[in-house]
Amino acid sequence: MPDPENQADIIRENMAKAIAYIPWAKETGFELCSFTKDRVSGKINWRESLIGDPETGVIHGGAITSLLDSLAGMAVIAALNTFKSTATLDLRIDYMRPARKGLTIYGEAECYHMTRTIAFIRGRAYHEEDDKTIATATGTFALNRIENWSTGKHVADNPQSASAKSEKAPSDD
Amino acid sequence: MLQIIRKALPQSLKRPPLMTDRAASLQALLRRAPYVQTLNMRCDIRGDEMTGIMRFDPRLIGNSAKNVLHGGAIGSFLEITAMAQVFLLGDLDTPPRPINLTIDYLRAGQAEDMYARAIVTKMGRRIANVQCAAWQSDREKPIASLRANFMLLPMETLPEK
Repeated sequence: MPDPENQADIIRENMAKAIAYIPWAKETGFELCSFTKDRVSGKINWRESLIGDPETGVIHGGAITSLLDSLAGMAVIAALNTFKSTATLDLRIDYMRPARKGLTIYGEAECYHMTRTIAFIRGRAYHEEDDKTIATATGTFALNRIENWSTGKHVADNPQSASAKSEKAPSDD
Repeated sequence: MLQIIRKALPQSLKRPPLMTDRAASLQALLRRAPYVQTLNMRCDIRGDEMTGIMRFDPRLIGNSAKNVLHGGAIGSFLEITAMAQVFLLGDLDTPPRPINLTIDYLRAGQAEDMYARAIVTKMGRRIANVQCAAWQSDREKPIASLRANFMLLPMETLPEK
């Protein structure tokens, strides 16, 4: 089994490629802009398939939720020292103002605190043109050591389960 | 023929707006929104009961390795179901606009159809508070839930800053 430290680096290095395995990110036109330990950023270009209100041509709030959800999850992975599986616990979005027709929506997220079991993130969506915040996001993620996947135990960092190292996929997380 | 008779009736004898009219305008609203189509969702309305249905589509996957739905797609589905329920109970022509929402992710969304029902906790004159829950094969095991506030009044009617 490879060194966990290197695993986290491998994930970080290949994040841009990994997005190809997120069909919904592709469907919504998600693009990763930067991916560092402190901050991740991405964007979605204005496109017809994301319009919520055809009268105004404004992108649906759900597309912004999707953008911030993706970035929040990536911010947690970016901040990890050793690789763990992550599962979103909750995500709160506050909509400040509607997005503007035709403009790219940028998003950024950071993990501002992490315990052994929980990661806390915050993020926002904005237009680069006027730097006005469209929406803010806060969320929490549960962290599980990958060794626990095989045992079905979802108590993170349980030293008793650290010896189990089967490659079986998680049943639920 | 019926329409001709109805046209001839005086205003006071015409039927009041029915839930079915409200349902029809909601369905038209959802059909017109491209994002609702992208999500592959629709609303099934029976009287005042409404169920959001998101048919499984591979495009909704968020993690190909685990084959589970994307949290953003689930959140969007909950948000639109909640919006639809508020619209159905209201009397305005414009769609309610989300002020804020919190999504609790309870279980991973499997590669299956998803259903959601919303309860309007409070219908104010300007703001509505809603709760919504989504499930798949077992309603007793919800996948995610949402709590949201919606602004009912359209932007133009709000006072200037």
